[in-house]
Amino acid sequence: MIQFEGVNKWYKRYHALNNICGEVRAGEVLVVCGPSGSGKSTMIRTINKLEEIQSGTIRVEGQSICGEKVDINRLRAKIGFVFQQFNLFPHLSVKDNIALSPVKVGGMARNEAYALAEELLHKVGLGDKLDAMPANLSGGQQQRVAIARALAQKPTLLLFDEPTSALDPEMVGEVLNVMKSLAAEGMTMVCVTHEMNFAREVADRVWFMDRGEILEDAPPAEFFSRPRHERARKFLADIIH
Amino acid sequence: MIEFLHTYGMLFLVGSWPNGPIGGFAGTLILAALGLAGAFPAALVIGVARTSGNAPLKWLSSAWVHTFRSIPLIMIVFWAYFLLPVMIGFEVPPFSTALAAIIVYESAFLAEIVRAGIQSVPAGQVEAARAVGLGYFQTLWSVQLPQALSNMIPSLVNQFVSTIKATSIVYIIGVQEAAFSAQQINSIELTGALRTYLVLALFYFLLCALLSRLARRLELHLQNKRLGLAI
Repeated sequence: MIQFEGVNKWYKRYHALNNICGEVRAGEVLVVCGPSGSGKSTMIRTINKLEEIQSGTIRVEGQSICGEKVDINRLRAKIGFVFQQFNLFPHLSVKDNIALSPVKVGGMARNEAYALAEELLHKVGLGDKLDAMPANLSGGQQQRVAIARALAQKPTLLLFDEPTSALDPEMVGEVLNVMKSLAAEGMTMVCVTHEMNFAREVADRVWFMDRGEILEDAPPAEFFSRPRHERARKFLADIIH
Repeated sequence: MIEFLHTYGMLFLVGSWPNGPIGGFAGTLILAALGLAGAFPAALVIGVARTSGNAPLKWLSSAWVHTFRSIPLIMIVFWAYFLLPVMIGFEVPPFSTALAAIIVYESAFLAEIVRAGIQSVPAGQVEAARAVGLGYFQTLWSVQLPQALSNMIPSLVNQFVSTIKATSIVYIIGVQEAAFSAQQINSIELTGALRTYLVLALFYFLLCALLSRLARRLELHLQNKRLGLAI
């Protein structure tokens, strides 16, 4: 589904991604963890080209996303992206937030898009919030709307960039539950997260990143019980208290 | 005062119309309305160009803004009045000259408001829009401008009010509008200048107060809409 081949990125002289190589297979859930500044957010944002890379190749569904010829909007339309800060459109109602992409990018009729919005809101447990404005929702509800918005694109791949980091603790569970049910349906997912229990329960594989490199690429059982790298051991010791 | 208004009411309201071009308060209203109707769309384009990644567009729009906001309106009016006919070889009526000068001048200021408004929309909004597959113009139209324009209302009203008042200086090239009428009345009356110009000042004040009021209501409405309180 996704292949990284020798991907490098610099911010000025700072080496943000250092020779990233790896693969995410269809139907797989990959959890990416690591200390802040380790490049995990930068890495996930390169997959839908919110960040440009300077060398290497990234393939999504077998096709390179690098180069001038790539239709970036078509690529993005099939990749759902969920942000740490939700980034719902505050001037649009919940249903318009969800219907925007299907209508404007997919060319769907508005009624049909609203029906889809309703169906997806039921799925994330917010069936009664169709006409609400984002400002009236809690953080957890906003993030679930954001997931519904991503699902409305009928994505083949979902990317989560620290989806629960901006939430109050009591709202983390409701968002993780939605993510778990998506994983159970076989959705291909890449999640940057500090939720180690989620990683243990749901992930097929864990990447540990530090200083722009992937230091560990292992199934969660192996990663948590026998981290090979010293920095991974320290990270796990710091995070699980 | 009543007799004064009785004598000069029509001159204040419509100038020498129907025996000449429409002027007075009506003239000001028309000039201001057309000025804003021309300057605002121009400013939208220039302001958006200022934020674009296209270097020539950015350079041109920046040059426009820096040039015209650094020159007094009256200079632009004079140039348009004296220089333009020489350059294009025929006379342009004073009204059109004044209108063009106002559009050029005000578009520079409004464009900066538009630019600031667009840049005040959080980067995450643009990223979210691009991430769902919207293109540059779709993002601008559906996500950036609706939020930016609503944030811009106070500054826009400021500039609109300032535009209305700025129309008063074009009487100097003989455009029939409110200040021109007041000037005419003053030269007929010779005395009571205070009274004449008080009526003129009151007119501008009421017009601008009305506009501010309407804008405030629009602002509240948009705020309530975001909070889900609007009906």
